[in-house]
Amino acid sequence: MFRRNFTLAITAIITLSFISIALVYLGLTVVLTIALPYIAFVLFLFGFVYRIVQWAKAPVPFRIPTTCGQEKSLPWIQNNPVENPAGPPGVIGRMAGEIFLFRSLFRNSQTEIVDGRPVYGSAKWLWLFGLLFHLSLLAVALRHLRFFTEPVVPLATGLSALDGFLEIGVPALYISDVTLLAGLVFLFLRRVILPQVRYISLFTDYFALLLIAAIVATGLLMRHFFPVDLNAVKTLAMGWVSFAPSAPADASILFYLHLCFVFVLIAWLPWSKLSHMAGIFLSPTRNQINNSRSRRHVNPWNAPVKVHTYAEYEDEFRDKMKAAGLPVEKE
Amino acid sequence: MSTAKIPEPDELMQIKYAPPQTAWMETPVDFRPGTWSYGAAAKNLAALDMPNPRAWQPSDADWKLPENWRQIILDGMKERLDKYRSFRLFMDICVRCGACADKCHFYIGSGDPKNMPVLRAELIRSVYRRYFTASGRCFGKLAGARDLTVDVLKEWFYYFYQCTECRRCSVFCPYGIDQAEITMIGRELLNLVGCNINWALEPAANCFRTGNHLGIQPGGIKDMLEFLADDIEDRTGVRVEVPINKKGADILFVTPSADYFADPGTYTCMGYMMLFHEIGLNYTFSTYASEGGNFGLFTSHEMIKRLNAKIYAEAKRLGVKWILGGECGHMWRVIHQYMDTMNGPADFLEEPVSPITGTRFENAKSTKMVHITEFTADLIKNGKLKLDPSRNDHVRLTFHDSCNPARAMGLFEEPRYIIQKTCDHFYEMAEDTIREKTFCCGAGAGLGNDENLEMRMRGGMPRAMAVREVVKKHGVNRLGCICAIDRATLTTLMDYWVPGVSVMGVHELVGNALVMKSEKERSTDLRGEKIGGS
Repeated sequence: MFRRNFTLAITAIITLSFISIALVYLGLTVVLTIALPYIAFVLFLFGFVYRIVQWAKAPVPFRIPTTCGQEKSLPWIQNNPVENPAGPPGVIGRMAGEIFLFRSLFRNSQTEIVDGRPVYGSAKWLWLFGLLFHLSLLAVALRHLRFFTEPVVPLATGLSALDGFLEIGVPALYISDVTLLAGLVFLFLRRVILPQVRYISLFTDYFALLLIAAIVATGLLMRHFFPVDLNAVKTLAMGWVSFAPSAPADASILFYLHLCFVFVLIAWLPWSKLSHMAGIFLSPTRNQINNSRSRRHVNPWNAPVKVHTYAEYEDEFRDKMKAAGLPVEKE
Repeated sequence: MSTAKIPEPDELMQIKYAPPQTAWMETPVDFRPGTWSYGAAAKNLAALDMPNPRAWQPSDADWKLPENWRQIILDGMKERLDKYRSFRLFMDICVRCGACADKCHFYIGSGDPKNMPVLRAELIRSVYRRYFTASGRCFGKLAGARDLTVDVLKEWFYYFYQCTECRRCSVFCPYGIDQAEITMIGRELLNLVGCNINWALEPAANCFRTGNHLGIQPGGIKDMLEFLADDIEDRTGVRVEVPINKKGADILFVTPSADYFADPGTYTCMGYMMLFHEIGLNYTFSTYASEGGNFGLFTSHEMIKRLNAKIYAEAKRLGVKWILGGECGHMWRVIHQYMDTMNGPADFLEEPVSPITGTRFENAKSTKMVHITEFTADLIKNGKLKLDPSRNDHVRLTFHDSCNPARAMGLFEEPRYIIQKTCDHFYEMAEDTIREKTFCCGAGAGLGNDENLEMRMRGGMPRAMAVREVVKKHGVNRLGCICAIDRATLTTLMDYWVPGVSVMGVHELVGNALVMKSEKERSTDLRGEKIGGS
């Protein structure tokens, strides 16, 4: 199963590469530089709108937060306002912790049977590399704003300066590129080496990692080994945002591969598990206040159900109740 | 009783975590004796107007499904995808990171990969992809999709009835995906075609008609409570009253029927009755609402509502001011997270105020239902009880956080405060096994039956091993809890894994320690065992 899924994922990446190369040799680079970006953008936008509307229009009938700390009850008992939110500030804190710090993943442990009993060892590696991977990906994406803004937004220049402060090599090696690679390698090896994770992995799980790896690889090669004409890239990117794109006269094959992988990722994102980036905001076990006893939560589809009334109950048991000396409504 | 033979503990502990050679979609379910629960009897389905009542067992080759069963399930999925954001979201956003995998007590105890919450969810997610997503429809297996077949349905049954809805996985999931929610929906779908377990449905059917899971009729309830009052008199010399169906009471008291039906719950119930007598509480039991537990939670959302409706209805009929609830786990999930939404607003009741201390229970001002440990902790804090913890000196206690009060409420400190005031020998288990990370007893959610015993012992193993450590370290001999299912099932679990440890409710400690006016000198605890320690 692993072999099949993994081989298919590699094959998919190679196929994408061949398609790009073929397009370049056929002189159809406009497909990659003009058609694909807009198709991807539309699929991305439509996909996320569709997803979020689908999630949002399904109601949250019950208040079901997972409580991970003491609730607010008696005034002299110290409650945990973040892990068991009693109000909106607590929920904001909890969600911020989840989104920026991966709070729940930080709890991760590893179970092993040692001396005939399970022990729960610390396993923060997934948290560390997971966080590193996501933050690096964000930094890399934001750095690319320099191609899309004129004058370049300070966020992008600032980030680039900060990111390259080690000043190793020319052009400077970005720390986020290194950490992104480290995160990718870790996540990939973990998925392949741990038998349990390998067992649950689907084709799409490998494809997602390999696709991002392909993007990083082509990006790094262009930055450090096979430089491209950055002005031409910027002209192209500015052309996209001003809806007047023109294909560059000449660009390296690496650049076209990079484009292809990036836009496939963007197009696929909302339709895949990668939609978790939006879904986490809506997770009812995390974004709800635990106040269902102090404030009534309303279920929009709450409908009457068939119940067994007291009158029906007494009708059946009246004689027995009287015999036991219990009060009844009707004698 | 089941004929399944259960292996010895040493043998059971030989757990292999290596997944099988065959891919999970190609590994059919094996209904091995001792690992599943009997199908629901036709009479119980009929009593609740539920579909497809028939004689069947999960081990049968032919499950006698309705002819259009596939359509029924798919329509049911569609309906629930539209009604529950949780369900739709949890179908879409899992990245299969596997953080939940070794957090499930059933996986830890069995090594069966389909007991990893992620894979338990994939069992239904794969069908969701096939029929409700474009990629699944187009790419099939490549996109992780598969057809809904009878074998898939059987697999759902086996594994959704091997989940106790304890929510431990959802604590560790980076997106808060809650397998309990998926299991609840999965069981609802199975119920649509009559695939359910008797140990969940018989209590539900009983509860619907007689007011409690055990089917005890009004006279029986009175006899049992009177019997407990006799025992209290025997131990303490004090005769406590047994108010039942009393109009004009201030408070309706609802507790799981197991508390007045069977040891060791009865000792906890005696504790409640002594406490209420001592503080002069004007309260009443009810025979109509004689069940705090709610096996609807293990059946469907609709069944939760049908059974839970009695509590408010009875409070209204009796004209009480508010409701007090006994020690029970899943009962409190229902009361805390569902009751007001389903059967409220309880605008005919008053905001709960303790008649003894005057404390307003602000956190329960809408449901108007207070947890007994909140009530008692407040009494102790305000110095309203005279307690002699030395009467619990023979008890060396550890405390098991019950899943639902822990992860669906956050009730951690109240029971601990009561324990500290009533018992001098209290030892916590390892941090990874208590509070929000507590391990299930392995037999909740309708799985606490005899035929499923091997799976119960496997699922309860992580809890039992944590107890065994404090037994070794601190000589613990008693396991405290605030759950009626725990009191029944942890007893079996301890006998199997950690013999010599018995189980008690927190209010049994209170009953032992409570110094009552005009009581005789006590020589025994509520169980009739000598007090004073060794």
